[in-house]
Amino acid sequence: MPVTLTEKAASHVQGSLAKRGKGLGLRLGVRTSGCSGMAYKMEFADAINPEDIQFESHGVKVVVDPRSLPYLEGTELDYTREGLNEGFRFRNPNVKDECGCGESFNT
Amino acid sequence: MALFQIAEPGQSAAPHRHRLAVGIDLGTTNSLVATVRSGIPTVLGDEQGRPLMPSIVRYLPGGAVEVGYAAQSRQVEDPKNCLASVKRFMGRGLRDVAYIENSPYDFVDAPGMVQLRTVAGVKSPVEVSAEILKALRRRAELSLAGDLAGAVITVPAYFDDAQRQATKDAARLAGLNVLRLLNEPTAAAVAYGLENASEGLYAVFDLGGGTFDISILRLSRGVFEVLATSGDAALGGDDFDHRVFCWALEEAKLPPLPPRDTRMLQLKSREAKEALALHGEAPLTAKLSSGEFIDLRLTTETFCRITQNLVHKTLGPTRKALRDAGLAVEDIKGVVMVGGATRMPQLQRAVAEFFGRDPLNNLDPDKVVALGAAMQANVLAGNQPEGGDWLLLDVIPLSLGIETMGGLVERIVPRNSTIPTARAQEFTTFKDGQTAMSIHVVQGERELVSDCRSLARFELRGIPPLAAGGARIRVGFQVDADGLLSVSAREQSTGLESSISVKPSYGLGDSDIERMLRDSFEHAREDMHARALREHRVEGERLAGAVRGALAADGGLLAPEERGEIDRLLAALEAALPGDDARAIKRAAEALNRATGSFAARRMDEGVKRALAGRSIANLDL
Repeated sequence: MPVTLTEKAASHVQGSLAKRGKGLGLRLGVRTSGCSGMAYKMEFADAINPEDIQFESHGVKVVVDPRSLPYLEGTELDYTREGLNEGFRFRNPNVKDECGCGESFNT
Repeated sequence: MALFQIAEPGQSAAPHRHRLAVGIDLGTTNSLVATVRSGIPTVLGDEQGRPLMPSIVRYLPGGAVEVGYAAQSRQVEDPKNCLASVKRFMGRGLRDVAYIENSPYDFVDAPGMVQLRTVAGVKSPVEVSAEILKALRRRAELSLAGDLAGAVITVPAYFDDAQRQATKDAARLAGLNVLRLLNEPTAAAVAYGLENASEGLYAVFDLGGGTFDISILRLSRGVFEVLATSGDAALGGDDFDHRVFCWALEEAKLPPLPPRDTRMLQLKSREAKEALALHGEAPLTAKLSSGEFIDLRLTTETFCRITQNLVHKTLGPTRKALRDAGLAVEDIKGVVMVGGATRMPQLQRAVAEFFGRDPLNNLDPDKVVALGAAMQANVLAGNQPEGGDWLLLDVIPLSLGIETMGGLVERIVPRNSTIPTARAQEFTTFKDGQTAMSIHVVQGERELVSDCRSLARFELRGIPPLAAGGARIRVGFQVDADGLLSVSAREQSTGLESSISVKPSYGLGDSDIERMLRDSFEHAREDMHARALREHRVEGERLAGAVRGALAADGGLLAPEERGEIDRLLAALEAALPGDDARAIKRAAEALNRATGSFAARRMDEGVKRALAGRSIANLDL
């Protein structure tokens, strides 16, 4: 199952990349930490490693390392606004429970 | 559910560990707050996306306050309680305030700092500034969805110790942790990334709404040093508007207008001026209360002609600053434009002509100071990558010293010393058998104490009686990262010591600060209610949106009476949302949530059924 972006998320990633002036795409990953097991990692991708899995969604290259992929399969990344706060939101079907604020999760 | 931002490679913040830090441009006319998001500095707007907040506070009977556009819109009808431009009064006594006769306020001459009488009582400029900072802090905390670790606040390069301390006190009252006070021109230079540029001399040309400042900076080894500042405290974009207004009066041959018409025509003049930056010609039309129509066209040529001497007025202080710094125009390596009024093309041209080079103007001149402050805040809060040795140093703007015999100043910390700094010098007694020494701390560049600003006095007593010149007294000055000073004196043979932290003498004692802090605690409940309302609204909007989406997708699963009930509760929630009753919103949201519980369960079942339809158990990927 691929990792995808909504159209809105994709256009925000493209905007950020353009403002930044460099970068091949978006790197998503997970690592162990936080209060509830795993934590998301979302960074600009400046380099692609040979083992990386690549997806393409609405014109944005999404890069995931193979060890993170099982946790992220089928995830859709959205961009939303909550009041004055806006940012990216992970819709991850693998998540069983997450900490109160959603910054870390369990699968 | 947390929202995420994209990080630079290798810099994803650990959960719950990102430190929110902001930069605040606390301006005379407008204020802004900015932060670094996803590695990109951004100004945070209000609910309507407006980046600027007018630096105006309105006090209402009973102590409530309105800040920003809300206060600005009441300025005409309630001038005495709508306090604008209080930055001019920060750390200033009544005698020091320029153009006081043009201010509509009731001034109260308090020891040290002037105060203003409003319907809600006498307010000090520090309290008024704290209201502005509080509003910016609320905006930042709502935008970033978290508590602020700290803020960098900008101040004019010429602010002295008293004015800096007043700014810090205002921040403390607003509940902000000040990471650093930063000079405005330095912040602008940082926003343009000049600290990474090659060393050299830069000019920062700052024409705001009502003030003009020109600063000459020297960059060497990553440190900005303010070589000279000059300006005009009564020259700004507003004066250009006023010229257009006068021109319109003359062109249309109007008699003196009633206040409402005056105000309206002033606004129209400003709009015409702003339209002119984009087109070569702008209409200026208005209908007066007399029924008379005004229909004028403002052309670029006319605008340049009527504002020519205003443009010219900026060049005098610019020349003076260069002369004070001992520099020629050719020495300047770059010119940074700051302030909305620098958008005017004729001003850009005049500056380019004067310096013989095109000024840096590709950042929004209204935002550049706030952006630079945000970048500095991000570094100080510890969000910067490791190995980024990007720590900006600042310098003290005026020399610090003590009074010696004959009313002369002995400078101990010369101006432009990088801070934090510590310096010491030895002094001795003047008379035989002298056992006490009075130490008078002064600030300024002049030779005579009477021409400098007095900061503090203290005494060292119990000096062993010796012949004149026998005692050795070491006077040490320490300046912290915010440019604030403490002074100590130590008799070397006995180790006798006395010291003072310079609370510049503007009349805001510890007890006053305490009282103001208490006041802010008393308003904590109102602040809390405002916050709760905002939170319930966001949650209610989210729920209403989700229910609308579910009804559109799976409304068919509901019986007509169920549908009716949900529609009714959804309408009730939508009606409650714009109101001010947080509890009503919460109740409406809870009711809707309960009523949709079984609907949600049915949608889930339906989804599972659809997924399983037509597949045998063996084929299922379980």
